[in-house]
Amino acid sequence: MKTKKILSFTLYILLFSAALIPAVKVSAQQPTPSDDQVNAIARQLYCPVCENIPLDVCPTTACHQWRELIRQMLTEGKSEAEIKQYFVDYYGARVLSEPPRSGIYWLVYVVPPLAFLAGAYLLFRALQTWKRPANVSIKGADQSSPPGSEPVPDKGSNGAGDDEFVARLEEELKKRK
Amino acid sequence: MLAQFGFGVFVLTFMLALFGVGAAVVGYFSKSDRWVETARRAMLLTFPLITLAVITLAYLLVTRHYELQYVYSVTSNDMPFYLKITALWGGQAGSLVLWSWLMSAFASAVTLRKWERDRELLPWVIVVTSLTLAFFLSLSIFYENPFARWWQTTGGDFVARMFAPAGAISFTPSDGQGLNPLLRHPGMIIHPPMLYLGFVAFVIPFAFAIAALITGRSDDRWIRLTRRWTLVAWLFLSLGLVLGMRWAYDVLGWGGYWAWDPVEIAALMPWLTGTAFLHSVMIQEKRGMFKQWNMLLIILTYALVIFGTFLTRSGVLSSVHAFAESAIGPMFFAFIGITFVTSVALLIYRWKDLRAEVEMHSLFSREALFLLNNLLFMGVLIVCFWGVIFPLISELVTGQKVTVGPPFYLRANGPLFGALLALMGIAPLSAWGRSTFKTLGRALWKPSIPTAIVPVVLAILGVRNWIALVGFTLVAFVIFVTLYEFWRAWRKPNLKLTRRDQGWLIILLIPLNIGLLVWIFLDLSNWLTPVIFMLLTFFLAAIWLLARRNPRRYGGYLIHLSMVVMAIGILGMDVYQTTTQKTLAVGQNIQISGYTLRYDSLAQFPYTDGRIVTRAVLSVFKDGKFLDKLYPRYDYYPDGQPMTIAGVRSTLADDLYVVLVNWENVSTAQAPFKVYHNPLVNWLWIGSLMFVFGFLVAAWPERELEKGTGKI
Repeated sequence: MKTKKILSFTLYILLFSAALIPAVKVSAQQPTPSDDQVNAIARQLYCPVCENIPLDVCPTTACHQWRELIRQMLTEGKSEAEIKQYFVDYYGARVLSEPPRSGIYWLVYVVPPLAFLAGAYLLFRALQTWKRPANVSIKGADQSSPPGSEPVPDKGSNGAGDDEFVARLEEELKKRK
Repeated sequence: MLAQFGFGVFVLTFMLALFGVGAAVVGYFSKSDRWVETARRAMLLTFPLITLAVITLAYLLVTRHYELQYVYSVTSNDMPFYLKITALWGGQAGSLVLWSWLMSAFASAVTLRKWERDRELLPWVIVVTSLTLAFFLSLSIFYENPFARWWQTTGGDFVARMFAPAGAISFTPSDGQGLNPLLRHPGMIIHPPMLYLGFVAFVIPFAFAIAALITGRSDDRWIRLTRRWTLVAWLFLSLGLVLGMRWAYDVLGWGGYWAWDPVEIAALMPWLTGTAFLHSVMIQEKRGMFKQWNMLLIILTYALVIFGTFLTRSGVLSSVHAFAESAIGPMFFAFIGITFVTSVALLIYRWKDLRAEVEMHSLFSREALFLLNNLLFMGVLIVCFWGVIFPLISELVTGQKVTVGPPFYLRANGPLFGALLALMGIAPLSAWGRSTFKTLGRALWKPSIPTAIVPVVLAILGVRNWIALVGFTLVAFVIFVTLYEFWRAWRKPNLKLTRRDQGWLIILLIPLNIGLLVWIFLDLSNWLTPVIFMLLTFFLAAIWLLARRNPRRYGGYLIHLSMVVMAIGILGMDVYQTTTQKTLAVGQNIQISGYTLRYDSLAQFPYTDGRIVTRAVLSVFKDGKFLDKLYPRYDYYPDGQPMTIAGVRSTLADDLYVVLVNWENVSTAQAPFKVYHNPLVNWLWIGSLMFVFGFLVAAWPERELEKGTGKI
């Protein structure tokens, strides 16, 4: 029975201590964050007043105060995400170096790759159109055909291709004469 | 009186430009050479007239005519003479005058040439250039008048008008506001004219393109006629961009040179299409292909030139509402819209006439790879354009502005720039017309072997960042390919030195190398540097001789080399830049990337031009060894405007860049310093100088020798 009491007491003490740990952690004051710690977050935020100037290099008084605010929030134990969210809540999404990935802002991320892929597709289609079978191609050349190719000798071409190439070359040489 | 004179000259020039447009159109449709000649002379007359107005404005600037609002806003009593001259383009109104001046100079230079062979293009070239000139002059006359004067109204208000409001009296302030200190840097003095030279020069190929479209000339004559203009435009635009970067690095005090700011991107966008155009026109000249695409590229370049000026001049970047309220914003918008729609409509009208003369034979041919290069440039353009206009769209749709900053651009453009580097290495080894995977592979394997060693060496040296590994490997690849190309050309049996070449070699190399030998004998301990210089002279002489045989080709290779040298600097900065900030008491240290900086002292003193200079002294050590002293400072101008000048220690390996942080508390006892370690950044500037050399080679007149053989 005595043993049971001792065990229970020990358990209570342990549980109480465990419960105290987070409380101690919250109430303990963090050491003053360094300029580098402040700048690491300030670099990712943009001055809400000045145009396109990151907070870590903005010389205005307002930005100086915002940097101090970041320092204070770090001292209070706030995380990077919490600090950024605080600024977004107060000053809007423009303080972030990129638009948030939500709603209409998705467009900023989606449009360029789609446009590029569309361009690549069009290019591929165009190449297919331009790259016609060899027997049709000679007809395509008109009177002002430009000079032929250079400078790497095309030793690897197949026979049919070479014939076509030679024919074209002769045709152009005739025109030049 | 002088102000009225200058304004009168502007109005006269504006009317003359419009008259030129009318005369050229009448001349074309009535097939009257006399009317076309009249239009040409009207165009030629605009240049001396605007020059007169510019001289008038410059005179007013240097003679402190503060009754002019423009003179008041950009000059002050304490400014030196040269800054008062450069204040000509230091403000909005003045920079628009510079635009018009350059436009009339270039258009006049074009109309001066012999036009016998291309007579039918002349009227439309005059129409396009005169219309552009008239547009910019109209902005100066009606909205941003540099000759507007201060008036005090009966109500006591001060207003700037060309002519006196009812009852108002003229007002002359005793001193001006002075040029923004940030604009007093040499880089910023040269940067705007360079950029504008590039912008305006691109109008010339556009004018010829439109003339070719209207007259139905589907050949590549317009491209050949404007090749030098395009190159000059590209050179100046490139130099303008680089000078802007250097200015930002020296003056803005944030340790970098490029912030993906919309103003920077505004200048980059026409450069992107211009670069794509430079590559693409080669295909039209060589193969008769991509005619429609080239037209579209030059139309886009022109639109982006005007759009870039619009972005920076209309206030649209700060807010769409500022744009609506600004007088010139809607004017610009309308001009871009009208010219773009008209140009595209013309292109559609001539679409069938501009079909390719031959088909594409191989996906590995040089033209196919050039097309891929164009696609990549367009990709970067899409990213930039979308990134710049998205905040405006967001503001219009949601009422909320957003920032599209460097992370977006770096993530989106990084792979595209990487692919462009790879193409820069592959494309020169492919052949025009037909190049198979096999032939391309055969040409590629030799430079690929040393390239394959590069990432291994880098990894052994401790490089672990994959962007750096890929980037530097691609850089090495382009360098090896280019050197391989030079070596191949050098080994060609038909490469013989002419007597002239031999003469040049003797004149240039012998005295230079004798000088270097003397250097070695005078300072035997430092023999390595002159020996490197000696090897360099022979290398450059060899390149020069090769380039004289085909300036365009080998000049192009040198430009490629310069680009990859610049890429070394960009990679070093983007991947390895580090920074730290600390407030130091005298005698305390700050550490960064193996360097130790000790804060020695701080002094404050007035300078002759009235600014108060606050300057710190720091000693730099590495491994306990003293290296240098650095003097970061900030200057406060009499009008209270600050300028931060970093203390910089530059070597080929890195820059140690120290800023005295003037926005925190600074005292003699303690001062805050922000230190940046910028690895390899100087290669960016070295690459820029190489670029100019490469350009000079590429633009060098081709030799008589080739004319005989008909080979380029």
